[in-house]
Amino acid sequence: MVHLTSPAFKENAARALADPGLQKALARTKPQFHGKRAKAVAGLPEFEQLRNIGRDIKNHTLANLDHYLEVYAANVEKAGGVVHWCSTADEARAVVLEICRQAGAKTVTKGKSMISEELGINDHLEAHGITPVETDLGEYILQLRKEPPSHIIGPAFHLNREDWEQSFRESHTDLDPKRVFTERRDILTEARTKLRSRFLAADVGITGANFLIAETGSSVIVTNEGNGDLTQTLPKVHIALASIEKVVPTLEDATSLLRLLARSATGQDFSVYTTFSTGIRRQGDLDGPEQYHVVLIDNGRSNMIGTDFQEMLRCIRCAACMNHCPVYGATGGHAYGWVYPGPMGSVLTPTLVGVDKAGHLPNASTFCGRCESVCPVKIPLPKLMRHWREREFERHLTPGTIRTNLRLWAWFAKRPAAYRAVTRMGIGALGLLGRGKGAFKWLPFAEGWTRGRDLPAPEPGGTFMARYAKARRQGR
Amino acid sequence: MLQTRPRVALFVTCLVDLYRPTVGFAAIKLLEAAGCQVEVPEAQTCCGQPAYNSGDRTTARDLARNVIDTFLPYDYTVVPSGSCGGQISHHYPGLFDDSDPHYRGRAEALAAKTHELVSFLTDVMGMQEVAARYDGVVAYHDSCSGLRELGIREQPRKLLGSVQGLTLKELVDRDVCCGFGGTFCVKYPDISVRMVSDKAKDVVETGADTLLAGDMGCLLNMAGRLKREGAPVKVRHVAEVLADMTQDAAPIGEPK
Ligand code: SF4
Repeated sequence: MVHLTSPAFKENAARALADPGLQKALARTKPQFHGKRAKAVAGLPEFEQLRNIGRDIKNHTLANLDHYLEVYAANVEKAGGVVHWCSTADEARAVVLEICRQAGAKTVTKGKSMISEELGINDHLEAHGITPVETDLGEYILQLRKEPPSHIIGPAFHLNREDWEQSFRESHTDLDPKRVFTERRDILTEARTKLRSRFLAADVGITGANFLIAETGSSVIVTNEGNGDLTQTLPKVHIALASIEKVVPTLEDATSLLRLLARSATGQDFSVYTTFSTGIRRQGDLDGPEQYHVVLIDNGRSNMIGTDFQEMLRCIRCAACMNHCPVYGATGGHAYGWVYPGPMGSVLTPTLVGVDKAGHLPNASTFCGRCESVCPVKIPLPKLMRHWREREFERHLTPGTIRTNLRLWAWFAKRPAAYRAVTRMGIGALGLLGRGKGAFKWLPFAEGWTRGRDLPAPEPGGTFMARYAKARRQGR
Repeated sequence: MLQTRPRVALFVTCLVDLYRPTVGFAAIKLLEAAGCQVEVPEAQTCCGQPAYNSGDRTTARDLARNVIDTFLPYDYTVVPSGSCGGQISHHYPGLFDDSDPHYRGRAEALAAKTHELVSFLTDVMGMQEVAARYDGVVAYHDSCSGLRELGIREQPRKLLGSVQGLTLKELVDRDVCCGFGGTFCVKYPDISVRMVSDKAKDVVETGADTLLAGDMGCLLNMAGRLKREGAPVKVRHVAEVLADMTQDAAPIGEPK
């Protein structure tokens, strides 16, 4: 399970900023994501309209969530599948373990799934003698390295080619020392060699789901490697893990969202593999599982319905917000200290682990709004982060010094005459101190500012209001 | 251009009031040149953003009431800042819910007639050009609230294009934040400094000798970093150049 380090966000961030390998990896954000998304968006004139459609589909579904979940579950069962309703992570873990045990599973293959990280499925299975094998390339290397993902669509985004090579050489003991790893293809080939036998040996395949379609009872996953398909079609048993907000009413709705998803995520028109799973293998089907289980997980989602945070449930996990976030770009995903990084994590993590522990996340934002401007379902992420700051303030979780400073400042700001007097004095003093200097290299109480930049001195001659009043008195 | 001279109230903003009075005078000069009758209401302090963005809605609301009461009587409220302008025009109404319909209505009315300075000059007053000269190569930084909340992008570039002697250079990543973020810059200084260092690098790479923007917060941040790096870039509020008032004050962070 991902060990929660969100309370140490500041320390995590400082470490990340000083890590040259990580910084090198993060520098790929721009070439890998920005340009591609921008191009894909520019190539689809109705993209903006599609964002509205995406937002509306999700809003409509959330407003009728019970209904669509019931329709969905009924259709899954009609197709021979089983739906397991789990309100907590504990319940979901127990259900997954039980299905694996019933199937007599020794190894299970896994497609990339963030909800699986949220639930800590791997640790739970391992603790009970079942070996999970990650089949997504990024997840595979992270499993070797025992690291959590740092990005929701590129889990190993924080690693460089050298890191991959090193991990392979350490873990794949039969590896020919002369093998070279210069291209992405070399890496892929090496991982595929190891994974092939694992796919065939697996008793259970576990995937996530990008969407659940109510009218057909299908779960949908998108991948670029095709590993998801092998994970869910080869073993006898397929388990799809999905949180409740993944449901959408119709196939057409899912298609609209898929068009948004690929473009926002990787700048593709469509992902390489989009796979729909509906129930069990029927007579005459060429492949498909004998058992199809959907583990429907709430784990805090339904508490968000009807609150300021409901809009967050529109998220389709495309990662555009983190790809375009300057804070994520500086610190990477691990600094956020839990499963979901970047702006979407800064809203979601406090709802799932508590704002008392994850309070830094919604505060560590300049509210620049770039995330909201790229979000395919128009989630107002800065507004939702501000709501978290409001909850913190109400619950007195905001640090004492900030509250005191705020109270002092507010007292004056509400009283223009007093404010005028005190600012005139303060600026006068600062002006004297800074006379002839232009800027301060260091100032008491402004250490946070002056550690990495000078503090410009105020323009000499007093405040605007004082100068303006004087000019008026002198008839301008 | 409008036929009558609208009565415009200047919301100075606390940073211009305290740090850069010349911007206030430049705003008055530009507004008058555009045909406005400008007043500076005495009872103004701060738009309340520090409280609002720290989660203190009660204080934010109290301050908003002050601003609403003071500024509502005018035809327009104009603000030489995208972020304070956006606070009034985009966030004030949301501070008052249905339990306070009176102020909600007043907040909406004020929001509808509040504008950031440069976009007001071009979009409302129809200003096409300015009478100014500035011999220099200028990079313009789009501040985030101005850009994304208020859609200010072409307006300053258009007016800067009419300044004699001025050459405009574009920054790469021009939609990326400078790392100021109000209290963010002192709450998370490491990250903030990293962001402003990236921005300073982009500024230097344009080869511009002057950096302009429409928000004092971003300007203080970028000027502070450029200074720390010893980069020979002059930093000013865009209004100073548009109003031809660069003689009135040394660049931000420079001794007189
Ligand atoms: S919040 Fe929006 S941009 Fe971020 S992952 Fe979710 S859908 Fe994508």
